Amino acid sequence: MFAYRIDRRSGVATYVQIVQQTKQALRLGLLDVGDQLPTAREVVAATAINPNTVLKAYRELEREGLVEARRGLGTFVRRALGRADHNGLRGDLAEWAARARAEGLEREDALALVTAVLEEHFPQGREGDAQ
Amino acid sequence: MSAQEWAVEAEGLTMRYGRRRAPVLVDCGLTVPTGSVCGLVGPNGAGKSTLLALAAGLLRPTSGVLKVLGSVPPGARADVAYVAQAKPLPSQLTVAAVLRLGAELNRSSGRWSAAAAESIAYEQGGLHPKARIHSLSGGQRTRVALALAFGKRARLMLLDEPMADLDPVARGQLMGALMASAAEEGTTIVMSSHVLPELESTCDQLVLLGDGRVRLAGPVDELVSSHVLLTGSGSLSGHRVVEQRPAGRGATALVRRGDALPPGWEAMEPSLQEIVLAHLRTTGSSAPALPAPASSAPEETTA
Repeated sequence: MFAYRIDRRSGVATYVQIVQQTKQALRLGLLDVGDQLPTAREVVAATAINPNTVLKAYRELEREGLVEARRGLGTFVRRALGRADHNGLRGDLAEWAARARAEGLEREDALALVTAVLEEHFPQGREGDAQ
Repeated sequence: MSAQEWAVEAEGLTMRYGRRRAPVLVDCGLTVPTGSVCGLVGPNGAGKSTLLALAAGLLRPTSGVLKVLGSVPPGARADVAYVAQAKPLPSQLTVAAVLRLGAELNRSSGRWSAAAAESIAYEQGGLHPKARIHSLSGGQRTRVALALAFGKRARLMLLDEPMADLDPVARGQLMGALMASAAEEGTTIVMSSHVLPELESTCDQLVLLGDGRVRLAGPVDELVSSHVLLTGSGSLSGHRVVEQRPAGRGATALVRRGDALPPGWEAMEPSLQEIVLAHLRTTGSSAPALPAPASSAPEETTA
């Protein structure tokens, strides 16, 4: 079963953490089309959060078309997200990282560059959902 | 059974323990929606335990109206579980005997679940059935008291600082069990606590008591959206300031959200914890108390 990890000190709203972790699991292939998300009861028993928070997160995922609620059965994955290694993108990035390192960049320098480029192409911090 | 909108409903509720003594609760009005998880906060001596004991029917109010699951307490006794801060359990009995006693005393309701009680008492680092109550630590007694509350399968749980003496693992486990009961059976939970992060992640309703009065009450998301945290400098006149503190050359202020934000101030959404702390710090001082928003508003008071 897929399990959520709630960080109460992150400052990120709890329902957003559930949305983000679900998307991350979809990207990494931990969840795929047809898989069932844990029930609200299972999530709150494991994380001790309010049940409404889970329902709010699941509604948000449903609104984005990623999951669907089937009455009396549970919530199921409807659409997978673009895999991170899609069409060799990961390989391209790995090459770029190796080059950055060879040219003497620190980890933070490389991260700052990546963040700046991402901001150009995915403005407003919108998640790059593969549509 | 008809569904009630409110699990707990109070109006003009006043309680004094003696004619010559100051009242513990003064003219309290509040509503707890059925199926919600309600946090009860306030400084020590604010009246939290008294309010819970009144709702459990252990005390009678001096004046005012209090209804629990639609009846005057202890009318709905079979559907209400109450866990007091001091856990009064028969000290010579074993844990298993206490659970058997719970089953006996709740026979008439036909709702007792031995499985629910045993899973809380014995599972995940729980207790030994043959351990005697007098040999248990405070936290272990809490586990027995909560096991009785779960076994009763009550529609309303009134919990007075239920997690106070539990270790972190037991805390997570038992709070998780409470939330699962709310998710699965729609159990209404009212719990007092001083642990704000815990309340922030578990409660959808909040009641803040100060000096025996309701200072703030309502759905958590409304409480959060009705406040704004301002940083900057300049006048805040005309705005309802809950608390203002110096920050560098300017100030940080928690303000009731009005129509327009003052110019020259940067606005941020406060956390529930920030709102509660600001109200707690200003409760009982010379600062005026503010009315709660929307429907559950108590009358305006000046402390």
